[in-house]
Amino acid sequence: MNKKFDYLLVKNAKILETDEILDFVVKNDTIDFVGKIDTSNFNGEVWDVQQKTVACGLTDIHVHFREPGQEHKETLHSGSETAKIGGFTSVCCMPNTKPAIDNEQIVSFIKQKSQNEITNIYPIGTISKERKGVELSLIAEMVEAGAVAISDDGSCTMNSELVRYALEYSKMYGIPVITHAEDHGLTRGAAMNEGLVATKLGLKGWPSVAEDIIVAREILLSEFTGGKMHIAHTSTKGSIELLRRAKEKGINITCEVTPHHFTLTDEAVTGYNTNAKMCPPLREQADVEALIEGLRDGTVDVIATDHAPHHVDDKDTDFPSAAMGITGLETAIGLIGKVLVANKILTWKQAIEKISKNPRKILNFEIPQIKKGSKAEFTVLDLEKIWTYNLNETRSKSKNSPFDAWELQGKAIGVVNKGMIFKS
Amino acid sequence: MSILKIKHLLGLEGVSAEDITKILETAVSFKQILERPVKKVPTLRGQTVVNLFFENSTRTRISFELAEKRLSADTVNFSASGSSTSKGETLRDTVRNIEAMKIDTVVIRHSSPGSAEYLTKCLDAKIINAGDGSHEHPTQGLLDIFTLREKFGNLKGKKIAIVGDIAYGRVPLSNIYGLQALGAEIMLCGPPTLIPRDIEKIGVKVSYRIEEAIEFADALNVLRIQLERQNSTGLFPTTREYFRFFGITKERLKSKPEIVILHPGPINRGVEIDSEVADGENSVILEQVTNGVAVRMAVLYLLSGGEEVRENQ
Repeated sequence: MNKKFDYLLVKNAKILETDEILDFVVKNDTIDFVGKIDTSNFNGEVWDVQQKTVACGLTDIHVHFREPGQEHKETLHSGSETAKIGGFTSVCCMPNTKPAIDNEQIVSFIKQKSQNEITNIYPIGTISKERKGVELSLIAEMVEAGAVAISDDGSCTMNSELVRYALEYSKMYGIPVITHAEDHGLTRGAAMNEGLVATKLGLKGWPSVAEDIIVAREILLSEFTGGKMHIAHTSTKGSIELLRRAKEKGINITCEVTPHHFTLTDEAVTGYNTNAKMCPPLREQADVEALIEGLRDGTVDVIATDHAPHHVDDKDTDFPSAAMGITGLETAIGLIGKVLVANKILTWKQAIEKISKNPRKILNFEIPQIKKGSKAEFTVLDLEKIWTYNLNETRSKSKNSPFDAWELQGKAIGVVNKGMIFKS
Repeated sequence: MSILKIKHLLGLEGVSAEDITKILETAVSFKQILERPVKKVPTLRGQTVVNLFFENSTRTRISFELAEKRLSADTVNFSASGSSTSKGETLRDTVRNIEAMKIDTVVIRHSSPGSAEYLTKCLDAKIINAGDGSHEHPTQGLLDIFTLREKFGNLKGKKIAIVGDIAYGRVPLSNIYGLQALGAEIMLCGPPTLIPRDIEKIGVKVSYRIEEAIEFADALNVLRIQLERQNSTGLFPTTREYFRFFGITKERLKSKPEIVILHPGPINRGVEIDSEVADGENSVILEQVTNGVAVRMAVLYLLSGGEEVRENQ
């Protein structure tokens, strides 16, 4: 349960950035004091974290919480509960709800409905009305109501002129335009990555070039407009190479990678495993290696989950009919530990930056620190913990994860946000 | 206990040469039964087989139904039109309802790759794949191989070219896996838009020139060109152009008078094959149809636990 507090004393916190062991006091949602205090007179919550790591609150720039419209898959409440288990204090929810988040009323609905949750839920508005790619949404009104970015999510905007205008118009607020890079003309009827596995399974393939083409376009449009572009769930070697060159050139473009894309290949689909069906699809080994190299050399700014809950009826079916996407909030840190940290691709400090500070920078959010006067939004992590994911215990309303029974490394043990504390 | 290692027939990928040979040898015995005046045996009496056809099929459905009837099984046919699927029922619910009526074996044709394998997760019945999208059609593969064995005996080292729509057909993969298990060499031939990516990695040759395929092959398996693939999807410009560059004509076969011509049907005369060849002396197309019944009898019989049949039984 989330517990409200007026004063919270955190003892023996190991600060991620410096490895210092500190005590500090939180008053409501602000750091009030850092240093030793006399606890005999302290009248508030005390949490001795026993030298576990305290980090800036984990921030997921890419989740799907399905409300309004598909509350049988996830709600703002169940999404928030799932996020906190994974250690996330802030999430941005994509606008592919029903109806889409394409006006200020729906932005306000999400803000109001989630205001008492421990997780900050930030709506992403659409680029175009009803995500149809025809005319711009009421972007300024949505931003004024609380939208933090714009994206047409899975309906990649095929009209380049509209993307140009979105990049230009959004400069008024400095918010990012987020692209799901998919040339839909190349992916008609596609169920998985195009390659040997798809050929053997008789499934229509989604060629990697369908992503690369749009990434190239977005780079050119970012350069031309000077707008702020962010590429969602980058999955291909080609995209990473294009983005690396764009960054060398100083173009204002950022990108994210999901834990499932850096962990699994399209081999996971073998046996028609619908929990390995996602969009973009799982790719090949060379792509996974390129993503990992991109994470290592900084081409990849952000790790995001693309948490995409689906009801069992949408997954327990023949492969082409099955919904795309998997849940990811609860397994993100454990997969980062298992795949990136244990294999010495990144240190914990570097990895956590990509799932806390870096997305916050892109979104223009304050970066909480353990300093007097800072916003108190942080995550407590046991980075050494080896644990096994049990999908039956998920807080999500959906159970579509390929990582059930996986042994993972690193786990959030609690969060503090909005004057509330949650310990798992 | 079945004498086969496989419990269902979902595809020929991973099926051992031993299992394939057992099925083919059993089919030899059943083919003899089909030559008799009374073409029926009591082996599957009391068993119920459901033919679940979510896609149109004439020859495969009739062939299965005849095979089932000649083994004295009770058969029920289900076709998608006018059924509950058009009322929005899921595949899982449809098949579980049918199984609740106490059936033993399901023969399924469905447009989704993996649909037959999916049924094994929903049902206890034996599942036979009668074509799952562009994945496999294992009984077609088996009957093609049966027909080739009648012509050539041992297939080790024999060269088979599969011509036409490799990417969207269900016949190529079953042929490739089955023929590879028995030691044959395979070349695929067609326009590059109809050859799926990375297929050469499963150990087949690929050619874009029909002359090269004919030069290579002891037998040609000529696949149907699905007319709906033309132009609307841009996979090839016209059937006329296809015939001009890939059509099997008598002229093209001049250098190979002994070549064996197979076709899984239905034929588009003048598109992938010329009538003179389809009806000519190299063609085994109608023998394939006859053999299909015998092969399907063997599959049904062995999967339901039948013992090896001796040829003079």
